[in-house]
Amino acid sequence: MDPILSLSHLKKYYSDQKAVDDISFDIQEGSIFGLLGPNGAGKTTLLRMITGIFYPDSGNITLDGKAFDPINDIQKIGYMPEERGLYKKMKIGEQALYLAQLKGLSKADATDKIKYWFKKFEMESWWNKKVEDLSKGMSQKLQFVTTILHEPKLIILDEPFSGLDPVNANLIKDEIFNLAKKGSTIIFSTHRMEQVEEICDQIVLVNLGKKILDGTVTDIKQQFKENIFSIQTAEAISLEENAIFSVVSTSNHTTLVKIQHGYKSNDVLAYLLKEKIEVVGYNEVLPSLNEIFIQLVEDTHSTTRAFQPL
Amino acid sequence: MNKIWLIIQREYTTRVSNKRFLLVTFLMPILIVGLIAASAYVSVSGIEHRKIAVIDPNGFIQSALKNSEQIEFSFPKDVDTNNYKEKGYTDVLIIPKFEGREKTEYILRSKKSMGLMLQNSITNKINNAIEDQMLQEAGIQQNVLDSIHTASQFAELKAYEDKGSSSKESNAGLAMGIGYASGFLIYLTMFIYGTMVMRGVMEEKTNRIAEVIISSVKPFELMLGKIIGIGAVGLTQFILWITLIISLTSVASNFLPADIQQQVTALQQNNGQMAAGMANASESAKQIYAMQHTFATANWPLIISCFIFYFLGGYLFYSSLFAAVGSVVNEDAQDAQSLLFPVTMPLIFSYIITNMVTQNPNTPIAFWASMIPFSSPMVMMARIAYGVPSAVSYWELALSMGILIIGFLFTTWLSGKIYRTGILLYGKKPSWKLMIQWAFKKS
Repeated sequence: MDPILSLSHLKKYYSDQKAVDDISFDIQEGSIFGLLGPNGAGKTTLLRMITGIFYPDSGNITLDGKAFDPINDIQKIGYMPEERGLYKKMKIGEQALYLAQLKGLSKADATDKIKYWFKKFEMESWWNKKVEDLSKGMSQKLQFVTTILHEPKLIILDEPFSGLDPVNANLIKDEIFNLAKKGSTIIFSTHRMEQVEEICDQIVLVNLGKKILDGTVTDIKQQFKENIFSIQTAEAISLEENAIFSVVSTSNHTTLVKIQHGYKSNDVLAYLLKEKIEVVGYNEVLPSLNEIFIQLVEDTHSTTRAFQPL
Repeated sequence: MNKIWLIIQREYTTRVSNKRFLLVTFLMPILIVGLIAASAYVSVSGIEHRKIAVIDPNGFIQSALKNSEQIEFSFPKDVDTNNYKEKGYTDVLIIPKFEGREKTEYILRSKKSMGLMLQNSITNKINNAIEDQMLQEAGIQQNVLDSIHTASQFAELKAYEDKGSSSKESNAGLAMGIGYASGFLIYLTMFIYGTMVMRGVMEEKTNRIAEVIISSVKPFELMLGKIIGIGAVGLTQFILWITLIISLTSVASNFLPADIQQQVTALQQNNGQMAAGMANASESAKQIYAMQHTFATANWPLIISCFIFYFLGGYLFYSSLFAAVGSVVNEDAQDAQSLLFPVTMPLIFSYIITNMVTQNPNTPIAFWASMIPFSSPMVMMARIAYGVPSAVSYWELALSMGILIIGFLFTTWLSGKIYRTGILLYGKKPSWKLMIQWAFKKS
């Protein structure tokens, strides 16, 4: 299957730094894609190029099999920026209508769709309220609705859950899965790793303008696993380091061991059986994305910048 | 194009449907008319009344000090500086005996200090009396003197401007008034609507909605839509004001007594003279006629159409600069202040030039200031009031308009470039050098 979005050798340099430095990756249609990176890694610049706000200095963006055309392809994209904003003094219904019309929807079409989504998200009574009367979470829901209203093929969400309570976060999460099931592709930018593990099919990690990781969540975990296994025993034991494994930590009935080079997991089990240790649980411990993220970012000596690049 | 239209609509409707807009639009003319009426009322009713006792050993001054609405002079024998208050006077005026031609002083003692205008009028009366006395001593008869005094009030300047074969009555006072009023109005509206644009841009930037909109439309379209939308609001306000003022004045004229109205109509029909067989017109009818006559000397269609052109041209010129400033600052009002300085300085400077030009429409500085687009909207209006083509030739007007159009195209282009980068930039305020770089880098 052809990817819906394909970036090749994308570059954007500012006078004082390389914000995006030769990044390439593909996103499959219908997938939920995580774009990760610390603050100032170049995520926002990358997203702004994908949404046509910025032009890349060099490189190509291919959307839906054709070269990306920022003017006409805008309708295929829904973008919810990290720093969200709405007109405070405008009525909610009018605001949603205005944003939908800017995306090219006709007034009647937009009205129908807004009614549908407002009903679905239990926002019908909000129509004549002003944004300044809404709580942060409520305006977030409104922003989400305005982003997906025109049924874009590509939905870009920058930190969609920040400020949402668990109930509303779940509502939006379910909707993200729903949209993906219906064929929309979702780019999801965040630095909340537990959400990424839960939601994303594929991730790319960028830092200092470069891509440092690309793959599915399971692949990446496999790639970064350190052969650590957790052994749960019926009684508290104390194992000694030996040729097969070293002990990482021991707590009560659980011991973490790291298998030495050249051995397999069954070798550990065989050792335990031979030592007549009552094993009640045995499983591999994969690193969390969070650990991988921190490890990779610290390796590259990234400095977090407080300001957006110039 | 369709999207710009949507943006214009939003900018326009959210502002026009705002309660504050309606309040300002409808209250302003009422406020202005009310203010004029109130100040007229105060100047009539608020006069203090003075009762002045005069001690005059000369004798000839008494006839010169005539009572007016404000002052009642009396010449009692038994009043001095100690007892004038008890006798019910507010002031006592002690005039020395005039002998020879030496400069001398008279003394005024008052319960409350007297205003400068009243003091001057009393001084003039006394000096005139002394002058008359001296003339009489030199042998001029009283009745000759009286006839000279009346004659000196009869001459009045009537200026005409020659246009080819026909000549038209011109009125410098009216021209000055129109020039000043329209120049001031443009100055004021540049500020009001310019800052409105700036605030709008700042709102979009600090609310972070700019990024959402810019993912749907080009930044330039967003900026232009806002500028045009707010400009339309300004135009609406002007049109409403003009209609309101015209209807208010016509309502006010209905309150005139019927006989005066008839007399005014008669005067209009007969070029300022009453027809034979009719009663003489009253003073107020003559004044009303004179006012209408003076107003009719101005070329209103030209002035109004030029005003609309220069308002729009000046607005487009300045508001895009205001938009550029709004796009680079954040919430910090102080940043806005310092960046606004280079925009507001030429505005204030042009206003000062306008004040000069209203009195002297054809100096070299008036010419150049009416060409440079920073000042031309205000200065040219002040000059146009003196007449086209007598004060401003057609080519000057055309050139000035042309330069203004080029000027606003340039500032909009320049601001668009700064705006495009500035609107997405958060954090510290960019330097001037950086902004100039944005303006001239390739897209």
